[in-house]
Amino acid sequence: MLEIRGLTANVGDKEILKGIDLTINAGEVHAIMGPNGSGKSTLAQVLAGHPAYEVTGGSVRFDGRDLLDLEPEERAHAGLFLAFQYPVEIPGVTNSYFLRAAYNEFRKARGLEEADPMDFLDLLEEKLKVVEWGPEIMGRAVNHGFSGGEKKRNEILQMAVLEPKLAILDETDSGLDIDALRIVANGVNRLRRPDNAFLLVTHYQRLLNYVVPDVVHVLAGGRIVKSGGKELALELEARGYEWVDEPAGVA
Amino acid sequence: MTAPTVAPAAGWAPELRQAGEARFAEVGFPTTRHEEWRFTPVQRIAQGTFAEPVAAAADPAALAPYLFGQGSWPQVVFVNGRYDAARSSLAGLPAGVTVSSLQDAWLAGTDVVRAQLGRHATPAETPFTALNAARLHDGAFVHVPAGVALPQPVHLVYVTTAEAAGAQVMPRTLVVVGREGRAALVESYVSLAPGATYFVNPVTEVVTAEGCWVEHVRLQRESEAAYHVGFTSVDQARDSHYRSFTLAVGGAIARHDLVVRLQGTNTETLMYGLYLARGEQLVDNHTTIHHQQPACRSWEVYKGVLDGRSRGVFNGKIYVTPEAQKTDAKQTNRALLLSPDAKVDTKPQLEIFADDVKCTHGATVGYLDNVTRFYLQSRGIPAALATRMLTYAFCAEVVEEIAIEPVRAEVDRLVRERIGGLGA
Repeated sequence: MLEIRGLTANVGDKEILKGIDLTINAGEVHAIMGPNGSGKSTLAQVLAGHPAYEVTGGSVRFDGRDLLDLEPEERAHAGLFLAFQYPVEIPGVTNSYFLRAAYNEFRKARGLEEADPMDFLDLLEEKLKVVEWGPEIMGRAVNHGFSGGEKKRNEILQMAVLEPKLAILDETDSGLDIDALRIVANGVNRLRRPDNAFLLVTHYQRLLNYVVPDVVHVLAGGRIVKSGGKELALELEARGYEWVDEPAGVA
Repeated sequence: MTAPTVAPAAGWAPELRQAGEARFAEVGFPTTRHEEWRFTPVQRIAQGTFAEPVAAAADPAALAPYLFGQGSWPQVVFVNGRYDAARSSLAGLPAGVTVSSLQDAWLAGTDVVRAQLGRHATPAETPFTALNAARLHDGAFVHVPAGVALPQPVHLVYVTTAEAAGAQVMPRTLVVVGREGRAALVESYVSLAPGATYFVNPVTEVVTAEGCWVEHVRLQRESEAAYHVGFTSVDQARDSHYRSFTLAVGGAIARHDLVVRLQGTNTETLMYGLYLARGEQLVDNHTTIHHQQPACRSWEVYKGVLDGRSRGVFNGKIYVTPEAQKTDAKQTNRALLLSPDAKVDTKPQLEIFADDVKCTHGATVGYLDNVTRFYLQSRGIPAALATRMLTYAFCAEVVEEIAIEPVRAEVDRLVRERIGGLGA
């Protein structure tokens, strides 16, 4: 589904990603762990097409297409979803309007007509269950005045509505209390299917107790320095990141 | 600027006219050397030759979209400066309430009009208030006696038609609300001739007594080739509540001054504004609030969206006199630039002479945030639609403050239309 080869990226003049290789197949859950500043979030944002980053080399194939050639909205339509580490507040736009606009753009991209508003409400009612929310959240402005936990739940709700093939969760677990973490994790588990995949970017092993990964990667200094099974996450939790061999020349 | 070619009705506020004439002869049109007009050159008005307006009838079908679908609201309609009795409807007003032509009320000897007209927005305020007085046409008079609450908003409609091209119109409005009275007013300036060039120079005086509650919406929807220079004066007595929303979308040059004087303690003032400028439009909002009594609260939010090569000007003055302790004043001014050629000059101006007050102001001018737009794009919303949604959202924050629902809905529709289409 996703094939990253030798991906390098800069922010300004600073090289953050220094050659990433990663393959994710349908049905898999991958976790990327690593110390602060290792490039985890950069990788997530580069894949989604964040304008602040410049790709300087390498390739990314997503479902056979050149992902780097697509606008951010085209990447979304192709089935890529990024749950933001810091979801953006949009005062003045209600959650329901935003979700319906997004959902209709997905339909338009597939050559379908806009959804009937009543049908969309029915769909929404189903999706709200994924994050254990009532309908009242839909009248609020997107993320505006939401608590940290509410913002993350809202990301999972968007993911549930848009049904991506590959969902990248960028530190979705950070700053969550145990109840919110459980809701977010349950949401992810309910959305897992043989034909989709997840990439969990996280600093801590905690989320991985709830969403069990097939593969764990350690990112350090802009490269993947180690990959292994789910037990690698436990080892990182116990021993920290220092023991992982870092490639020469990377601080 | 031509002299009036049509003599005013005999006895129609001659002292005010003379005072206006004398004052304007003395000061003339301002130039950009005057601090209050630094960013707003008015040569095109000063050098224009504007005739007295031609009487015309407004086509009811053309006017209908500007009436919010509210046929039952009391309304007074002025077409090219003249009272149009046929388009006005005054049914359903409570006993004692007057809504009429100001000229008629003056000529009938109405005490309130004779006592108040020109006493608040005097010819000395600006060159344009002097000019308005000197060339006084007609306008609306609204009087809500003590203890009376208007059951519905009153709509004051100032229309210009194609016949007004090349003309000048000087509307004058006087609103007097008695003790504990309640009123909602909508003041509309609309053009039925989209490309016409003309000059509208309205002056509005709102006078409140103790404990009043006044909701005031001012919608400026002139032709984009017109010149609109308006002045609104509001006097608030103790314990009164005044809430204003101003919209400016028309005018090649559009200026509005809102001056609020707090003349009693424990008042509340809310001032919201929105302007949308494009092409070569220049939209200027000047607001002044005089905190001159203790324990008054004022809250102001003005927003503008500028596209093309348009210009925005905002000047917000808050004066707090030494006796106005416990003043609580907040002013926010935000402008959103949609084009690299658009420009805004913004100037908050706080002059505070009391020590136990809370006064804050904030001004921002900028483009849409890339990260926010990226967030929408990452949800499949194309960049152009994301821009429109965020522009709409920027405006919606103030549009939501319009408490008169049919007016809010119409302004909401207008905003959607102006930003280039947006689904419901």
